[in-house]
Amino acid sequence: MSVATSTPVIPSSAPVVLEKAVVRNWKPPIALGIFAIIGLLLFVAFGREGITTFRLSTDSDLIQLPALQLDVTVMSIVVTILLFLLAAWSAFLAYRAAKTPTWVIGLFAFLFLLAFLTWAAAGATIPVPGLLVGAVALSAPLIFGALSGVISERVGVVNIAIEGQLLAGAFASALVASFTGQPILGLLAATIAGVLVSFVLAAFAIKYIVDQVIVGVVLNVLVIGLTSFLFSTLLAPNAALLNTPPRFPRLPIPLLGEIPIIGPVLFRQTIIVYVMYIAVAVVWFALFKTRWGLRLRSVGEHPQAADTVGINVNRTRFWNVSLAGAIAGFGGAYFTLGSVGAFNKEMTAGAGFIALAAVIFGRWDPIRATLAALLFGFASNLQSVLSIVGSPVPSQFMLMLPYLVTIFAVAGLVGQVRGPAAAGKPYIKS
Amino acid sequence: MTNEQIPAQGQAVKTAEVDGALEPGQTPAEVTPPSRSNQLLRDIVGGNAMISVLAVVLALLIGGILIAFTNKDVQAASGYFFSRPTDTLKAIWDAVAGAYSALFQGSIYNFRRPGFADGIRPLTETLTFATPLIVSGLGIALAFRVGMFNIGGRGQMLVAAGAAGYVGFAWPLPYGIHLLVAVIVGMMAGAVWGGIAGLLKARTGAHEVIVTIMLNYVGFYLISFLLRTQGALQAPGSNNPKSPGMLPTAVFPDLFGPKYNLHLGFVLALIATVWVWYIINRSKLGFQFRAVGENPNAARVAGINVKNIYVYAMLISGALVGLAGVAQVLGTVTTGFTEGIDAGIGFDAITVALLGRSRPFGVLIAGILFGALKAGGYSMQAAESVPIDIVLVVQSLIVLFIAAPPLVRTIFRLPIPGVAAITRAAKVSGKKAVVTK
Repeated sequence: MSVATSTPVIPSSAPVVLEKAVVRNWKPPIALGIFAIIGLLLFVAFGREGITTFRLSTDSDLIQLPALQLDVTVMSIVVTILLFLLAAWSAFLAYRAAKTPTWVIGLFAFLFLLAFLTWAAAGATIPVPGLLVGAVALSAPLIFGALSGVISERVGVVNIAIEGQLLAGAFASALVASFTGQPILGLLAATIAGVLVSFVLAAFAIKYIVDQVIVGVVLNVLVIGLTSFLFSTLLAPNAALLNTPPRFPRLPIPLLGEIPIIGPVLFRQTIIVYVMYIAVAVVWFALFKTRWGLRLRSVGEHPQAADTVGINVNRTRFWNVSLAGAIAGFGGAYFTLGSVGAFNKEMTAGAGFIALAAVIFGRWDPIRATLAALLFGFASNLQSVLSIVGSPVPSQFMLMLPYLVTIFAVAGLVGQVRGPAAAGKPYIKS
Repeated sequence: MTNEQIPAQGQAVKTAEVDGALEPGQTPAEVTPPSRSNQLLRDIVGGNAMISVLAVVLALLIGGILIAFTNKDVQAASGYFFSRPTDTLKAIWDAVAGAYSALFQGSIYNFRRPGFADGIRPLTETLTFATPLIVSGLGIALAFRVGMFNIGGRGQMLVAAGAAGYVGFAWPLPYGIHLLVAVIVGMMAGAVWGGIAGLLKARTGAHEVIVTIMLNYVGFYLISFLLRTQGALQAPGSNNPKSPGMLPTAVFPDLFGPKYNLHLGFVLALIATVWVWYIINRSKLGFQFRAVGENPNAARVAGINVKNIYVYAMLISGALVGLAGVAQVLGTVTTGFTEGIDAGIGFDAITVALLGRSRPFGVLIAGILFGALKAGGYSMQAAESVPIDIVLVVQSLIVLFIAAPPLVRTIFRLPIPGVAAITRAAKVSGKKAVVTK
């Protein structure tokens, strides 16, 4: 302030002291603390007694693992103490303005889950492979949907229509597979159906510059209406001809399928799940390691800049949104060819919206979105396993759990997420 | 990410003086020259009555094709199309005309009934169906104007229905007061459910789309649990997941006597429309709503507490959507409700709000239109065995076509208004430039 005159300021005259901004993020410790208190209430205050058996192998396994037996009381107390220690450590880190490492949160979640399973199934047996196999299977369509969402939003088109793409895929695959008797043709039809839904999304969003959220929402309604109408008028009266698709058998991969726990979970699935593994890896690699991915992301982040260097923004968007539709449509085939075996009205039951949540939860990253989708799949399968075992918690609360966890995670851990900058904005060349 | 577009729409629309959805002649002439993209957006959003009518016609046409295509008689007649083509054409005509006349007679006026009092009954059915659509559409539209996307209509409706229903059957109160208390409690429950999303967005930055989707499921399972718990919402001594019937003191009175289903809820919907219009267009709070919706950063610079606005908007939005749930339990289904009481209205409301372009009176008209399609759809299903799902197809097509006037113009070869011509030319030249690259 003393230099009020017009004397030129010499840059190096005064030493510049850079003050380091201290950012304390209290959200992780608070979230962990809340869960630790829930754990205390559940496991200790409403403690149960007995021995819980975790069966780690199925009877058909080559390598038999001994079953794990845990005493509920001991587990509850030990884990609750550990949970509080982890929460306290996270608070200490936050005080020191350090980030809580991801593995701490992961360990916390694992311990909480282990204690919860032990507590909920006190005196009963939990088939661990069965639990995980079902989880992977249930998350398959969610993962395809989430990949579709990631690609589409990364290229700058908000994809609310995942639900519609999944449903169209399920419908087309059931129809074509049962008419031709070839499940592979059903998969192809599902892919094409997903692309068709995407074409409408892309045409309206890119050519006619209609709000992308509007088109997405309306497309969902349109596909629900169309498939339900055709189901009532065509599929239901001619179920034998049009709605009895052959299902894909489980294809165990030799050798890999014999690894304890992992084998049955990952390598004794249907072909749709195997394609899913490849799809996740390919989408991740392509998005972040190839020229195609770089172009795609640049169009979604800064279309003007992309245009300046000669990328045709709208063409890139159109074809990548179509690709996203193909992936989601393929995933929709899982509902009919992979699990239930017949199409039914609104059979996706909101899976597309869960996939959308997984996209945002996973911060528009294919791997993280996949993990988020796996979480949802795991939670919904956990509910069905525990209801068989007979848990003290009413099944509705078990069903509610994944959604509550998501709210907590989004509010406490993810927080302010930032999507692709140009997502939702049409690009008009000026 | 998703919601930045919607307020822009509201903005474009705001220039029109009349707040009706389908007003013709909304020329942007008196507005300061906007940028080219804005102009195009305005052109698309503004639309005119012609486009709206043609969009409805086009949607009904496609619906007719679907009806004809799936009709048994048409399929049978088309088997010998080349020997007697007139049979096929006649079958198509019968199927489509039959379906649409049933749609009309089920939603507006039934000519088969003697006398006006019986004939007009379908119209009152239409308004009954429209009531929850209008109020929940208003809630969604209000959130849109603040730049928020409330997909949580289902959860908000269920929670509100549960709360209002509990008051309705469990608290014996005198006439008048009982109804008032039930409505207020229900709306408050909806407000809380919506407010959670607003609060989390404001305080932690959690995306409201995720939170509202998740709260839908939480609300659904919560109500589903309470409906299976004695002493909560389940009817005493029953094993079904269903509540007892409402006490007569808590039921919305019929507007035109017991002969018609139309109840006081419709009047509330009209009041809510005017109230929301007042809030958005005439109040200080509404000004802040619109400012935040159009540009949260600018609003913050101007001294508006953006975080609080998010919370207020979601509270009001949730309360309005909650009123739809209240109208369902206290007006439409008074004999006890199940977990399906929301009847998909929470999602329909999004389409209603979109069709109404997030303006209160637009939502009113859109709600009545969708109510008519719903009422007519049921009679179409009963009379002509055309599945009610066709209504969903027609509804979504209407919204799609209205949202894209250039498409409708292309289909009907309408002249392009001057404004659009310029932008189109710009777009065409832009494309050329890319091609020559």
